[in-house]
This record gives sequence, C-alpha cells and structure tokens, in this order.
Amino acid sequence: MTDLAHKRNFSIIAHIDHGKSTLADRMIEVCGGLTNREMKEQVLDSMDIERERGITIKAQTVRLDYQAKNGETYELNLIDTPGHVDFSYEVSRSLSACEGSLLVVDSTQGVEAQTLANAYLAIEADHQIVPVLNKIDLPASEPDRIKAQIEEVVGLDATDALEISAKTGMGVGNVLESLVAQIPAPDGDASAPLKALLVDSWYDPYLGVMILVRIHDGELKKGMRVRFMSSGATYQIDQVGVFKPKATQVGALTPGDVGYLTASIKTVAETPVGDTITDDKRPAEGPLAGFQPSVPVVFSSLFPTDNAAFEDLRESLAKLRLNDASFAYEAETSAALGFGFRCGFLGLLHLEIIQERLEREFDLDLITTAPSVVYKIHMTDGAVIELHNPADMPEPTQIDFIEEPWIKATIMVPDEHLGGVLSLCTERRGEQIDLTYAGSRAMVIYRLPLNEIVFDFYDRLKSTTRGYASFDYQMDGYRQSDLVKVSILVNAENVDALAFIAHKGQSESRGREICERLKDLIPRQLFKIAIQAAIGGKIIARATVRALRKDVTAKCYGGDITRKRKLLEKQKKGKKRMRQFGEVEIPQSAFLAALRTGGD
Amino acid sequence: MAQFGIYIHWPFCESKCPYCDFNSHVSGILDEAAWRDAYLAELNRYAVETQNHVVTSVYFGGGTPSLMAADTVAAVLQRIQGLWSVSNDFEVTAEANPSSSNRAQFEAFRKAGVNRLSLGMQSLCDESLVFLGRRHTSVEARRAALEAAQVFDRYSLDFIYALPGQTASAWRSELEQILALASGHLSLYQLTIEPGTQFHKDRVPAAGEDVAEVLFRTTRNIMQAAGLADYEISNHALPGEECRHNLIYWRGEYYIGIGPGAHGRLPTHRLNEGLAVEAIQEIRLPNAWLMAVQSGEGGTQKRTALGREERLEELILMGLRLTEGIEFRRFERLFGAPLLTQLDKQKLEHLTDRGFLEQGENTLAATAKGRQRLNAVLAALIV
Repeated sequence: MTDLAHKRNFSIIAHIDHGKSTLADRMIEVCGGLTNREMKEQVLDSMDIERERGITIKAQTVRLDYQAKNGETYELNLIDTPGHVDFSYEVSRSLSACEGSLLVVDSTQGVEAQTLANAYLAIEADHQIVPVLNKIDLPASEPDRIKAQIEEVVGLDATDALEISAKTGMGVGNVLESLVAQIPAPDGDASAPLKALLVDSWYDPYLGVMILVRIHDGELKKGMRVRFMSSGATYQIDQVGVFKPKATQVGALTPGDVGYLTASIKTVAETPVGDTITDDKRPAEGPLAGFQPSVPVVFSSLFPTDNAAFEDLRESLAKLRLNDASFAYEAETSAALGFGFRCGFLGLLHLEIIQERLEREFDLDLITTAPSVVYKIHMTDGAVIELHNPADMPEPTQIDFIEEPWIKATIMVPDEHLGGVLSLCTERRGEQIDLTYAGSRAMVIYRLPLNEIVFDFYDRLKSTTRGYASFDYQMDGYRQSDLVKVSILVNAENVDALAFIAHKGQSESRGREICERLKDLIPRQLFKIAIQAAIGGKIIARATVRALRKDVTAKCYGGDITRKRKLLEKQKKGKKRMRQFGEVEIPQSAFLAALRTGGD
Repeated sequence: MAQFGIYIHWPFCESKCPYCDFNSHVSGILDEAAWRDAYLAELNRYAVETQNHVVTSVYFGGGTPSLMAADTVAAVLQRIQGLWSVSNDFEVTAEANPSSSNRAQFEAFRKAGVNRLSLGMQSLCDESLVFLGRRHTSVEARRAALEAAQVFDRYSLDFIYALPGQTASAWRSELEQILALASGHLSLYQLTIEPGTQFHKDRVPAAGEDVAEVLFRTTRNIMQAAGLADYEISNHALPGEECRHNLIYWRGEYYIGIGPGAHGRLPTHRLNEGLAVEAIQEIRLPNAWLMAVQSGEGGTQKRTALGREERLEELILMGLRLTEGIEFRRFERLFGAPLLTQLDKQKLEHLTDRGFLEQGENTLAATAKGRQRLNAVLAALIV
C-alpha cells in the first residue's frame, strides 16, 4: 500500500485534438503499464465512436507506477475526462476526484474554447494546474506566443510551461516529474467512515455495472456492504480493483486511491455520477458536496424508417440505457412517422452519439426529428409544465407565459472571422457579455437561447469561420420569451413530426423555409398540395406543390404489359412507405429529408 | 367462337437506334429459309391449342420486318390462312423503314397479303433523324410515305417527338407537314429514355414534365382539328381507321406472339374456367429461339397463369389508354365479373368527381385530363 505522500491524482484537460490522449498513451508507455504489443493508439478511448471522433465520452482511468528521479516510486492516477461540453457535469465530477491537472495546449493552435471551459472547471475544483505546450516538434509551433496567450486568456502563470511532443515522446519525462513535484498529494483519513466519490459507471456484460470511485476517507474492501447516499440503496461489494490500465483486483482501496468496485448492480441508472458511497454499517455523516442528477436538455424523437423495426428500437434503447443513464426515452406515436420514441439527451453531441450507436451497433435505420429544448410553460391556472415535445404544446389561450433555457457561450475566433460570429450571435438573439482579444484571436462571450444552438448553430459557426472558431457553453438558467409553436400542415392536415417552437420574430422565416423545402421534396401528384406553416389558426407561410401535368407511358403494346405491371408492383411497394394526408400521399423520405437538412 | 390476333416478330435491323429498347438485333448474313420454316413450325404448334378460333389480324413487327423477303411474308400468311379461318375484315400490318424499302417491295408485300403498312418515319427534320440514329433522310422518308400511299389503302406513319430542345412551335409546324403526308392513321410518341438504350447510357434527358405536357396537348388539339382524334394515348386515326391489331392489346383480347421475345395472351382451357389467362413469352435471343424451334421443343420460354388480380390490372391499365375506355360487356366477357364490382368505390368516385375518370352507361373511361396523367390515375385507382 502506498502512503498518501506517494500518490498523485490528476486529469489532463485540453481542447479536442490538442493531444490529450496521445500524451496519456506516452505516459503509460514510459511507466510500463502495457507491453508494446498491448499498446494501441489512445488506449483510453475504448469505444469505436470515441476512437473515430477522437473524443472521450466515458471517464477512464489508469494507475501508473512511476519511479521518479529522486529514486522513489509514486502511484499516479490519471483520470481521463470526457472532453465535450455535453458532459461538463461528468467532467467536473472527474476533476473533483483529482488534486491537479495538466492543461495541454496545442502550441501551433493556442487556447481554444474548450481549453478555457475545462481550465475554469479545474480552477473551480481547486486544482494545481500544470500548463503543457504540445506539438512543439512542429514547424508551426509558437511556444512563446501561446504562453503569453495562456497568461492573458486563462490567467495562469505559464513561465514554466512544459514544452513537449506527445507524438515523439519528447519532454514526457518532464511531465511526469512535474506531476510529482507540483501536484499536491491527496489527503484523507483511513480510519474515518468510508467516503468515496462515484466518478463514473458503465455496464460490463460479465461483471455487471463497474463503478469508478475516488476514495476520500476510509477503506473499501471486498465483501463490505456499502450504501449509496443519494438513494440509500445498499450493495455487497464483489470486487475492488484498479486499472493498470487493465482491471486488476486489489485487497483494498484507501484514501487518495482511484479504482473500481463491482457489486452485482444491473443498471447504471442505480449508480448516479457524483454520488457518495459509504459504509452501510458505519456511514459518513454527510455526502461529498456537488451531487446533482443529470438532466436531459435536448429532446428529439427517433422513429425507425421501417415501422416493423419498432420493437428492435425499443430493445436497443433499453440496452443502451443500461450503460448510459443520462438519456431518457418514452414511446411516442406520430401520424406522420408512426411509432417511435421521444428521447432526452445531455446535448447535441450526446444525441448524435446515441443515434450513431443505434444505427451502427444495433443496425437500425432511424429518422430523427429536429432537436428541441425543454420549455417551461406557465399556465394561466398557475401550473408549470415542462414541455419536451412541440407537439404537446397546450392551447395558446391556456398559456400565461413561456420560459426557455439560455446558455452562456464562449467562442474563440480568429480576428478576420469575428464579424461573422458577431452577426450570427445577434441573428440568434444573442446578448454580448464580453469581447476580448488575445493576439489575433478574439474571445467573445454571449448569452444565447439554447434553442438557437440546437437549430443549426454549430454548422453555421463552422461555415462562417471556415472551421476556425471553437465553441463551448454552459447552461445559464431560464428566461421568459415570446415563443410560438409553428405547425406544418399538408393539405390542411397537421404533420405533427414537423412542428417546432420558435421565437415569434423568427417563426415566419423558419416556417417559410420548411414549406419551401417540403415543396421540393414532395413529388407532384394528381392534386395540388398546399403546404402551410401556421401559428394556432393563423397561416404564416405557404407553398404549393403543383398538380402533376403529364405522367403517362408513351408506348404500350403486347410485350409491354408485363413491364407496365412491374411498374404497378413498384408503386405498390412504394405505397407502404407513404403516409396518407387527406388525398395526398407523402413519401416518408420527404419527411426524412426535411428533417435531415435542418436549416441550411 | 373465340377470336385472336397473331404477332410475328422479326428481330433484325440494319442498325440499332439509340432510343430503341425493343428486342432487335443487328445480324450479318442469316439463313432466311430457316427462319421462315421456324415461323411456320411455330404457327403449326399454336394451331393445336387454338383450333376453331378465328384470326382477325396479323402484325409483322420488329426489328425491321421490311427487311424480310416478301416470300417469307407470303409463306407465313398462307400458313395462317391454312390453319385458321380469318375474319372478313382481316387486317395484316407490316412495319417498314424508309431506308430498307421501296415501292417494288411495298407491292411485293401487298401481293403477299399485307393490307396495311406502318412506316417508321420518326421525323421530317434531318437533324432529328441523325440524332435518332435513323439511316434515312427526310427526303427519303417523304418518298417512302408517298409510295406507301400509292400502294396501300391503309397506312400509318410513326413519329417521335418531345426530343431534347424541341419547341412547341417547331413541333407544330412539323405536325402540319406530317398531316399533309398522312391518310387515316398516325402514331405520335413522345421520346422516353429507356434503360438499356444508348440514350440512357449517354444520359440524354427526356423532356421535362411541363414541356412534355404542352407538346402533348398541342398534338391532341391539332390532331383533333384535323379529324384524327386520339383513340389511344399516342395513336390517332380517322374513325374506323384504328389499328385493329393493336386494339386487341388495349382491349384485353387474345393474341399469340411468334418470334424471339414475343408475348402472347391466351385463355387456358385446362382450368375449365374459360376466363383464366396465360401469359406466354418466347425465348428472347434470336438464335436460341431458332434452335429451340428447330429442335422441335418450340420457341416458348415460359407460360405463366395470370392471377385474377394481375389480369384485372392488365385489363384496366390497357383499357384506360383508349379514349373509348373499358366497355362493361367486353370486360365481363373477358373477366367473368362486372368491372364496377372489382374497383374500390370510394377511389372511383373520387377520381370521377375530380374529372380524371368518366362513367358512361356502358363504359368506364379516362378523360383527356386523366389520360394525360394515366400512370398516376392508375396508381390512385388500383394500387
């Protein structure tokens, strides 16, 4: 057992692609955690999607035994944090399990929005932060400029920032030495009642739910009965262990340790991130600070393109939920799209990840409706309703007022693209809070309605700045707003799946946009088709699909009958994928395309 | 006593036109005597199951039947008259190409028994003829039409329109010239780009819907004014001058097809229903067909009993192409049940109310508006 003075718990925080995972790999290599044969690129990102996207979704951890230059051996616990804004609560929990962080900045790029957001989270967690300039081997590297930027923008002393190349391994030894020298050792009382922070959890098909914990006080041993302080549920511990990075059982976890436990728990929903685990027999007086249940902020409906796949979708969602308690779902019926599920997500990336996993791992073809946020509807009778689905909006006469969620967004952007970013933010009802310069980069902070972000903000930001802007946000409360539900009608029949909520000032242009798009997507038929956008009973935009003018086979004789009948067979098959609206048939593919293209 | 028509397919052409997706082949030297014997053998074979039937029409199609020797045509027609009795208004049509025929040949065909000619003019514009891959010029086309008029009492001219870039005014003036050459019958087809053709490979664009509609309506109006009303989507005739053979297809009557890839529809007696119909398909590749016939097995690739629903669909989708529509009595004779009992009443009413279909005392017909959008009307009625 290592004494506290020889333990160090740390995180690596960085903007995407600044080299966090590569640095982690190098450190594992240097400390001999894995043989070369076992080394795969970025071992810590184990899910396919994480590997492909270069992001970390679940927190992972590794214990390294490092022999320092002073001759002593230290136990270094690296907790790799999720690197995306959707998971900022998880990030803050991971950070609270450590005493310090390495702030990795790409020395060819500089500080980006996520660098900043994560650095602030680390500062809030009282971390000792060690700035690390990565990619120093590249010709475009500008360590001095980036150091100045770190001091100016992040407000950290960067004089002694380490200059490394995680790719070549250059300087990685210094990083390990600095960890030992600069990051404080954890404290804790081994004889006090057990207090362990639940950092993360995931489902393992053999062991059940695995829980990643950081021990603050007391000891965690196999066979103990522990209690989860948020729910009061108790479990018998089956295994305790650490990741080296392979799961390795140990006799006990003691203060300062980061490790795992298993207790035959079936679903991750029973193991909320941020919870405190204590000894059932000798419980701690109170939990660790900062627990909050995770709440979905973005909602979207998922429908199988083939209605027959509805049960498959249900099963797949249940399987995913085993391992991701942060998304919620309930069955939903749409006249346009059939049976599906309304799902809640932590953010847009989370939505994309779930959608992609359903399509990839469970082989489902899905239609995803436009994402929506959670509105608070204050009814005239005083009740407050949380609205997750525009289709469920109450009658306007019953509504007193509506509140919508806002965010505080941080955007880093090169000078020459600043104008575009400012007008985008203004167009999206943004309110400027701050605008500062660091060299040729500007940092703008805006308050924006979340529903403007889920619409197509990322795409627009990317195209306006040619990909040079970085963006991060945090939730910033609810505010009253002039919002309306826009319904889409096809030949006077409501198409529920296309309804959306918009600010009154934008409702007309958004309505027109979707009418125009549908007009191009719905094939001409015998009758003309009116597509309308409406607020309540008032039509705000319309488009017309003209009636078919000519559609007849020119030549049809003896031999052709067989072929002509094949055309009918094809039409019959196609009809199964049509949705009937009055006398109009709309191919499901038209809805799909209308929803997919978002607002371009 | 049942009546039927006979289609004879001559699968050879001098060259393959870029729009054509018919079963046509360019062949070098061929043994015409062998082909003649094969046609005769097939006629003998079909005679066994069509004893006591009356032949109302024969149609030589292709390919390019004007490449056949008149002797062959004569032998085929003689055999037909030997095997069956023919109706009083027995119609014998042969298709001909301006590039592979002349007055002497027309006369030889007439002597052989052909009494109606269908001439593949395709255009009166040289530029269009080149585009369509035709081997004749507009001068040759006009000459052929005049010679046909001199030799045959009944002849039809075939044209293709709605070519890429063709304007309504250009087509209108071409139509005026066409009418000057025509007598009782014109087939006017809009160009369609069929899979497997050179045009399809070259991604030649078909006329857009709006242009196609204007051209279609223009054609109908001009032809009506000239007295050659459209009796079918693409076919126009003076009253009584309709192609009796082609009417067999559209009215759902019976026919046999002889030659590579030809199709037939015959009632099956073995089910003892009288109304059950078999679709017959001949072997498609010319030499394979010839060898199968020579071996004594016959040229049939397969015979498939049409299901009730399939037969119903055929009768409707063919019948509604005709301006006269579907005659209730004929339908009941061919199908064994009244037409209106076979259709979804609500759909029928809806399409009638909207002016796409029209119910007479004895017929159900598509209106002009409906015929122009027949594919969609059919989909709305029976899909």
